Amino acid sequence: MKNIRVLTLMPTVPDTEYIHKCTSACAGCSSDLILRHVLKAAGPDTVLVVPACCTSVLQGVYPNTSFGIPVYNVAFASAAAVASGMAAAFEELGKNTNVIAYAGDGGTVDIGIQALSGALERGTNFLYICYDNEAYGNTGMQRSGSTPLGARTTTTPGGKPHQKKDLDRIIAAHHLPYMATSCSAYPQDIVRKVEKALSIKGPKFLHILAPCPPGWRYDTAKTIEVGKLAVRSGMWAMYEREYDTLTLSGQTKAAMMKPAPLEEYLKIQGRFSGLKPDTIAEIRQSMERNLRLLKKEAEGTC
Amino acid sequence: MYEIRLHSRGGQGGVTAAKLMALAAFRDGKYATAAPFYGAERRGAPIVSFIRIDDQQIKIYSQIHQPDLVVVLDSSIINLVNVFDGLKPDGKVLINASEIPKAASGYKSYCVDLTGIALKTDLIVAGSPILNTPVIGALAKLGLFSKESARAAIAEMFADERNLKAAMMAYEELVV
Amino acid sequence: MLTISTGNNAVAAAVREAGTGVVAAYPITPQTEIVEQIANFVTKGSMKASYIPVESEHSAMAACIGASITGIRTFTATSSHGLLYMNEMVNWAAAARLPIVMANVNRALGPGWNVWAEHTDSLQARDTGWLQVYVATVQEAYDATLMAFRIAEDRRVYLPVMVNLDGFTLSHITQQLEDVKIGDFIPPLVLDHKIDPAHPGGYGCMTSSVDYVRIRSDIERSMRDSVEVIRETEAEFAKRFGRSYSWTDDYRCEDAEVLILSMGTLGKEAEVAIDILRSEGVKAGSMRVRWIRPFPNLDLGDRELVVIDRNYSFGFGGILAGSIRAKTGKTCYNVIAGLGGQEVTYHDIASFVRNRKIGTEEWFGVKI
Repeated sequence: MKNIRVLTLMPTVPDTEYIHKCTSACAGCSSDLILRHVLKAAGPDTVLVVPACCTSVLQGVYPNTSFGIPVYNVAFASAAAVASGMAAAFEELGKNTNVIAYAGDGGTVDIGIQALSGALERGTNFLYICYDNEAYGNTGMQRSGSTPLGARTTTTPGGKPHQKKDLDRIIAAHHLPYMATSCSAYPQDIVRKVEKALSIKGPKFLHILAPCPPGWRYDTAKTIEVGKLAVRSGMWAMYEREYDTLTLSGQTKAAMMKPAPLEEYLKIQGRFSGLKPDTIAEIRQSMERNLRLLKKEAEGTC
Repeated sequence: MYEIRLHSRGGQGGVTAAKLMALAAFRDGKYATAAPFYGAERRGAPIVSFIRIDDQQIKIYSQIHQPDLVVVLDSSIINLVNVFDGLKPDGKVLINASEIPKAASGYKSYCVDLTGIALKTDLIVAGSPILNTPVIGALAKLGLFSKESARAAIAEMFADERNLKAAMMAYEELVV
Repeated sequence: MLTISTGNNAVAAAVREAGTGVVAAYPITPQTEIVEQIANFVTKGSMKASYIPVESEHSAMAACIGASITGIRTFTATSSHGLLYMNEMVNWAAAARLPIVMANVNRALGPGWNVWAEHTDSLQARDTGWLQVYVATVQEAYDATLMAFRIAEDRRVYLPVMVNLDGFTLSHITQQLEDVKIGDFIPPLVLDHKIDPAHPGGYGCMTSSVDYVRIRSDIERSMRDSVEVIRETEAEFAKRFGRSYSWTDDYRCEDAEVLILSMGTLGKEAEVAIDILRSEGVKAGSMRVRWIRPFPNLDLGDRELVVIDRNYSFGFGGILAGSIRAKTGKTCYNVIAGLGGQEVTYHDIASFVRNRKIGTEEWFGVKI
């Protein structure tokens, strides 16, 4: 029965591969998995704009590339601005090429947020994807604005004393035609959301959780499991927002009704080792607050 | 070379007046430059522009320290700035006023009520009388450029006929 | 048509005449008029282009990079702190081999806030791989901007070009301007390495030192090849439109025994000083250096040199004087003058020549 269920879902994912089996990604890299499905959904008439992040490295070394679409590597803070120039030029040239900026959390919530905000505000016709492994992975796991409370990184060896920046509500304040969240553990969800995003003109945004085995310190075989636990516990919420209308994804609705224990998500990762009970309580509190706000928004009561 | 220093207040159109002067001289077949001197001015602060007119290409970019002509678009500036500083012994002064202020009496001074002309011709933008086109008429009367070139310059920069009307009124009213 | 224009509006007019497709820019005094004028052209429909009102200069150059790699003609303008803020992308644009044209309206750097002319801003970008030309009249600002596109887009060059004009002194002065109908003077842009989903490839990915050195040396090879392209372009411009330009703008240099070397509007004002000095019996000439990158081969003979630097490299000296010394081995009398818009008249310039002490440096107006 299990196999039949998979077969009924998989045909929605295109067969063509744009990422070949020679990337220099870490074992168990979920960003690689995300991008594989993003490109499947986007198709060949696509240009990827990539600022400094793990993806700048995992393409391979010049003159080789493991990607089957053009990739334009740019400086850290500039992805959204480069993409907005490219989108304007394609429009001027009468081309419908998809412009997708694919950036990590550091390049999005921290150094790149000004350019991103500007590009969104200007109505740039592009899709910006933030793959979020909750730290500066490319430089060896330093804290980012997206690192959650309590997580140990090389620059927060005692655990991060601050909350994760609420990127999605910052993005939502730009009132986009489409924004969504997803997680690497749900590739079909990614494909569907990317396809939907690219069918809409104007600025689109996707925020995708990308569990990171070396950074989060878990067994590489458990990348999918960790991602699913993030969603099932409610630590990561999946939804779509079209202008100001929010729709919760099924996985998150389920997590709201019957969540997996938060402790299970935390204890599987070395980065959360030695959390004090009051920190766990604080994590739970902010998680519940987030879910409460999303639920209200989905019900149209906020 | 004929050198003019134009004193005005930010927002009175001094910079545009300087451009119009250069354009009118240029339409006379002369070389001309107009250089506003910008400080950190805001609306209302005294500002100065430099205009040079010559038969040859003008290579000087520095300020005018010994003008042949001083134009004052706002007579109240005379109390704040020594507008006559460095004026050549035979230099002239043109002041927007109905009578020549006392401070200007020791110079070869002329006056014309440009503000009154702007009000009479309804040349008012955002509550302020426009002085940059009327002054061009007065300067043509002073012989800085021909009346025709003054007309041409104004027509080139402004479609609204009130500008030309006000300039010609200033031309008639200025007594030389 | 013969008319009058400010330096800024002349640049904007040239950008329109060149058929620019994408302009991304951020306002900064004293460049703002360029941005406003282009926005005005695009809004009124007299210029068919996309104008991107970016949120910073860093993003201005980034957007130009994103646009240019698609093979469209691209322009931006900035000044002073704007140029410094976009510096990362300025370097990127050159190494990415993109024929972007930028007007930099030269302005001093803070603190304290100072909006007036100085060349330190663009000279800080002299090692980025951009070609740099400095102009001195409204007409030259227009002509140089047009030529910049043709030079940058030449396959032998494929490097960005920066046109520099003095803040306020040139950007805001009104002078006469004869515009041109460009015709086919600038051929359609063919960017061999333009991004194209039909031919996927990686741009700017991880690069080994072996390849990196090769790629960097290729920038220098193109910089050297640009010498011939500039020569051809200026010759063709003179043939078609009747105005001649070269590496330097020389005035009464033929029999000169002492030369004033300078950049920008001071170089024009210097010509007035030369006439005064000549009338006093001093055989002086003026050589206004236009191109700083590629740096020209200067034929200075055994003449005495008075170099005016409207810039400074702290702990080193005037940058033009230093460059001349490095390239020709000649020492000079180096006058640091005009910083932060300091007024320098032709009388002052004449006195620099009269009081020259070869082998020394002096700051005009102050003792250090």
